[in-house]
Amino acid sequence: MGLRRDAGRLGAAMFAPALLYIVALVGTPLVLAFLYSVGNVKVGSVGYEFVGLDNFISVLQSPTFRGALLHSFLFTVGAQLIVIISANILALALVDRFRGRGLVRFFILLPWVAPISLGAIGWKWILDSIYSVINWVLVQLHLVEPFDAPMWLGEGALAMLSVIMVHAWRMLPFSTVILLAGLTAIPKDIPEAAAVDGAGFWRTHFQITIPMMTPIINVAVLFGVVFTFTDMTVVYILTRGGPYNSTQVLPSLAFFTGILGGDLAEGAAISVFLVPILVVIAWLMLRLARRAEVV
Amino acid sequence: MAVVETKDLTKVFTPGERGAVNDVNLLTREGEFMVFLGPSGSGKTTLLRMIAGLEDPTAGEILIGGRVVTHLAPRDRGIAMVFQSYALYPHLSVYKNISFPLRAQGVPKEEHRGKVEWAAGLLGIGELLERKPRELSGGERQRVALARAIVREPTVFLLDEPLSNLDAKLRASAREELTEFHDRVGTTTIYVTHDQIEAMAMGDRIVVLHEGFVRQVGSPREVYDDPADTFVATFLGSPPMNLVDHGDVLVGFRPEHLLPRSLVEGQAVEIGLRVTGIEYLGSERILYALIDRDRFAEQRVVAKLPATYDVGAAGGDAVDFAVAERHLRFFDKTSEKRTGARALEWA
Repeated sequence: MGLRRDAGRLGAAMFAPALLYIVALVGTPLVLAFLYSVGNVKVGSVGYEFVGLDNFISVLQSPTFRGALLHSFLFTVGAQLIVIISANILALALVDRFRGRGLVRFFILLPWVAPISLGAIGWKWILDSIYSVINWVLVQLHLVEPFDAPMWLGEGALAMLSVIMVHAWRMLPFSTVILLAGLTAIPKDIPEAAAVDGAGFWRTHFQITIPMMTPIINVAVLFGVVFTFTDMTVVYILTRGGPYNSTQVLPSLAFFTGILGGDLAEGAAISVFLVPILVVIAWLMLRLARRAEVV
Repeated sequence: MAVVETKDLTKVFTPGERGAVNDVNLLTREGEFMVFLGPSGSGKTTLLRMIAGLEDPTAGEILIGGRVVTHLAPRDRGIAMVFQSYALYPHLSVYKNISFPLRAQGVPKEEHRGKVEWAAGLLGIGELLERKPRELSGGERQRVALARAIVREPTVFLLDEPLSNLDAKLRASAREELTEFHDRVGTTTIYVTHDQIEAMAMGDRIVVLHEGFVRQVGSPREVYDDPADTFVATFLGSPPMNLVDHGDVLVGFRPEHLLPRSLVEGQAVEIGLRVTGIEYLGSERILYALIDRDRFAEQRVVAKLPATYDVGAAGGDAVDFAVAERHLRFFDKTSEKRTGARALEWA
């Protein structure tokens, strides 16, 4: 019996750091965020007064917030669409053996392992209004006039497109690796049986491979959505939400309002606004994954 | 229906090494049930996969129904294949699994139900159409795989060890069902197995393969009674054929032909044995022995006796056995090929 009690104590001791970590760095801020969102806390203020849903009503009336909400969805859906389609293509290309496959896999993983700030700064140069490599190429190809090149980060729609593309570039390796694992898990017999049964590439891909990969695609999308919806790095480094808030997303707006603007309560309300949306997305995806479960 | 023909078919996976399949020339008969038999690594599955179009031959040609199909895609060959794992589509119902080839080949949708029900009825799985593969037993899955194969009435059936995932009892009945099924549909069938009992029981003809070479093609009786070389002689039969060293030849005889002297009629070769062990296997018993006398002394042989005959011998006993001369087979010692009969210098 003593042994079992010791084992229990050891287990608790081993578990404690993880628990402490989650409580201190995830739990407490989350609880604080909820508390702030229904209070009147500002940077430097003392005391706390419960104000109910005032902060939420206030942000909902702000056009900047409504814009950011819309941009968040646009950013998430856009980036995920690009990521899933490209990851599918990449996974298909990388599943077969060929010379140099390991090297190609390594290069594709790079954006994921490199610090995002470095990558984003690289992109900032690539998309720069004066030094843009893309524009230089476009000019050399005579597709655009030298003095009328697109301002990638300076025009609303282009800036949104740019942050979506850069974020997709960053998320692509992660999804590719997940989809590649899903693809490898399909027994070789099954696409072969489809080939003998008369199916061509597209039919095999859309009627056999993708349905069999649905659960794992769901996992990739779920993680991708959460990572994208809560991320502000790319927006912060490339555009700071500009021009004129046209790329402002909820996390960046929460940061600008709560931390830089000092209105902690309103910032908390903006960031907490994401929680129910994310819960619903996660629930939907998990439900889908369960329904699509195979063998 | 159609015949399958291979001409000098060769598959080399790693250049410089021995091919997985080497210069195979085969010609099936119309509606025949042909079995590829061989140990693992003999190239039988690679050969089948080349016929299916899943593997590109390194050299040689494949003809189905007189048409060269060597470089055609699997779907353009008019074949159907049942895989060892059955390869059912796990996310589709049995109905959709069986109708998949119809959809893939553009058969009009209104004909699907009729054809699926016909195929399912033929295999007795009419009630399972709404189930998913994971809800089926091994035997049921195998039938779904067969139904999916016949539904579009292929000209040739290719089966890759379809019974190896079934338990022993189910395998025996599935064997019988498969033979009966073949008799009914009459489609040319190529069946790959490493199980000699399956091959003997089901094949019209057996192709024995070893290290990528065809060793013998013949009816089950031919390959068993008249093996072309020592490999076939020892691969088929359990226990395998006895091979006794005799100068430049090997003398072969089946364990069931090595019998007590009193049971052997006609011209016979007498062999004195010293019994080293006996196995009782219910319906039969296996006698392990060393030849006791003459120039063959100390060579190891095995005899198989029906349980109805009591040997009355135990380990260490010397007994008189014999083999009828018509049951002796001779193999050249260097080429290991079958050679003509000759007089034995026994003493």
